Amino acid sequence: MATATSGWRPGLRESALYDRNVIHAIQRAAAEGIYDIRGFGAKRRVPHFDDLLFLGASISRYPLEGYRERCDTDVVLGDRHARKPLHLKIPITIAGMSFGALSGPAKEALGRGASAVGTSTTTGDGGMTPEERGHSDVLVYQLLPSRYGMNPDDLRKADAIEIVVGQGAKPGGGGMLLGQKISDRVAEMRDLPKGIDQRSACRHPDWTGPDDMEIKIQELREITDWEKPVFVKVAASRPYYDVALAVKAGADVVVLDGMQGGTAATQEVFIEHAGIPTLAAIRPAVDALVELGMHRKVQLIVSGGIRSGADVAKALALGADAVSIGVAALIAMGDNSPEHEEGYTEIGASAGFYDDWHEGRDPAGISTQIDELAARFDPELGGRRLANYLRTMVLETQTLARACGKSHVHNLEPEDLVALTAEAAAMARVPLAGTSWIPGLNE
Amino acid sequence: MAAPASGLDFAEIDLAETPLRELNAALHALADGSPKHWRILNPRGAHAIAVGVDAPVDIEIDGHAGYYCAGMNKQATVRVHGNAGVGVAENIMSGSVVVEGNASQSAGASGHGGLLSIRGSASARCGISMKGVDIVVRGSVGHMSAFMAQKGRLVVCGDAGDALGDSIYEARLYVRGSVASLGADCIEKEMRDEHMAELADLLERAEVTEVEAGDFRRYGSARRLYNFDIDNAGAY
Repeated sequence: MATATSGWRPGLRESALYDRNVIHAIQRAAAEGIYDIRGFGAKRRVPHFDDLLFLGASISRYPLEGYRERCDTDVVLGDRHARKPLHLKIPITIAGMSFGALSGPAKEALGRGASAVGTSTTTGDGGMTPEERGHSDVLVYQLLPSRYGMNPDDLRKADAIEIVVGQGAKPGGGGMLLGQKISDRVAEMRDLPKGIDQRSACRHPDWTGPDDMEIKIQELREITDWEKPVFVKVAASRPYYDVALAVKAGADVVVLDGMQGGTAATQEVFIEHAGIPTLAAIRPAVDALVELGMHRKVQLIVSGGIRSGADVAKALALGADAVSIGVAALIAMGDNSPEHEEGYTEIGASAGFYDDWHEGRDPAGISTQIDELAARFDPELGGRRLANYLRTMVLETQTLARACGKSHVHNLEPEDLVALTAEAAAMARVPLAGTSWIPGLNE
Repeated sequence: MAAPASGLDFAEIDLAETPLRELNAALHALADGSPKHWRILNPRGAHAIAVGVDAPVDIEIDGHAGYYCAGMNKQATVRVHGNAGVGVAENIMSGSVVVEGNASQSAGASGHGGLLSIRGSASARCGISMKGVDIVVRGSVGHMSAFMAQKGRLVVCGDAGDALGDSIYEARLYVRGSVASLGADCIEKEMRDEHMAELADLLERAEVTEVEAGDFRRYGSARRLYNFDIDNAGAY
């Protein structure tokens, strides 16, 4: 559709209220009569880890020698109740992404990359594939409201179980996979007709509230003989209460997904207007754990907009035990890469902007079920790139931790941080840089 | 662990004495020489009884069961001599589960295969998200039954509550009594010979002899919501 936003010249003033994206959204809605659906995560600016800085060591603080002195990065997940907790080498895991949303080779690459650096991958709304299990040393199996592909054999093959209550991109919403991506194999795995628009349930079919969830967790433990850690994933909306209820229900690990968390297909209005920023969610979640005497006993995994070692270090400093990445992992594997610019141009996108993952026409072969496109993606190369990226993030995290004098990345603490904005200072509860002011906590 | 009454082919477990965890662990460890018949005494509404079993054994539960009884069952025949709580036979894969009394909400939720037979009535959301399981209810079912039902058959010898089959996919529903209301995209469909035949077979498998297949009506998906159409927006 032609839009009247190109060709700026002096005297033509763009409205801040009706900017070119707003005008386009109105025109698109008028033409199509349906909300916009897309992938990726929130694109609007919200307070984030970029608004925090580490102080580093000084006369009163003693740093560790970069590259020489030890700065450990391992994390144990799920040692509260499970007989076989996970012991990961790095505190960065791969978030749940479905086969269906992603191609088989892309899922394989996630497993290859994660396994190379000693961390875990996670299934998604569509069940477990043999390729994924085969290439993932540590695989977390999601139990979602749809229960697509859920079965006790895969449950037993998993290394941990993640009960998905919510997703940061759409707290209160269910999964979505449009007809273009419901191929024969995806349809069979999900027991659905081929080619339909799949809109899965937002609530679990066999429980309604936290007391029922506690019994559900008991059932899953009984089925798997109390062997596997049980994670509970919640969207960041009311983290203080949700984390407390998850702990009370018996979770070994709580996964907290902020509003910037990615999605393969969700209404844009949902992505941009529901949930709270990751930065705002961590402290209330940690409050709940501390008050229950469960901080570091029930582990907290934070996701939603983790892009670099700086983000990892800041999340850990605020009290997380680990982080999880989704969008960033796909970008590392080749999503939105300039090498596919010709393909992006053909479908009306451009490298760096592509977010129509729901359409299944991904030139990079990652978010597609079209064999020809999926074949463009090399899972070994993709896995290698992901491993490189994860290693880089770990080195960055260690760099900051050592500078703060920490021999384990878990020793990072809020005291190591200051904020650049009053909003971030209030949310992270660290002082505005150069002051001792924490809005809401002191004068 | 097994009570003195146990023999080579028979085991009796008293849940008043044996922890549930031991019972389920024993049922998961069944081998060729293990007992084929199990009787569970004093269930007293315990949750997660006989979950995750994957062996061709008979399990009798001598009383009322709590939530998720026989969850994710494969191969086994589990019979509850009483009522069953929420989510009986949830995600059942194969085998059969029989409830002699009534069942609470979400009976057979997301079941992939096998047979769930409820001799009494079932509460709300019976057969929710079902993916291939067959469910036969001798009495009535509550509201939102067969919500988003994908595959399999739900047979209701009594009445169905509001919003039967809301957002249904390819499951087939047979109701003998009244239907309070149909959910979005669920419509009555023609009873053809093949439907009469499969219904008669289901009734026989569930040992329901007092009703005739010809007394039932069939319901299923109008398939109007399978792909988004702005003119159907009011139904979403």
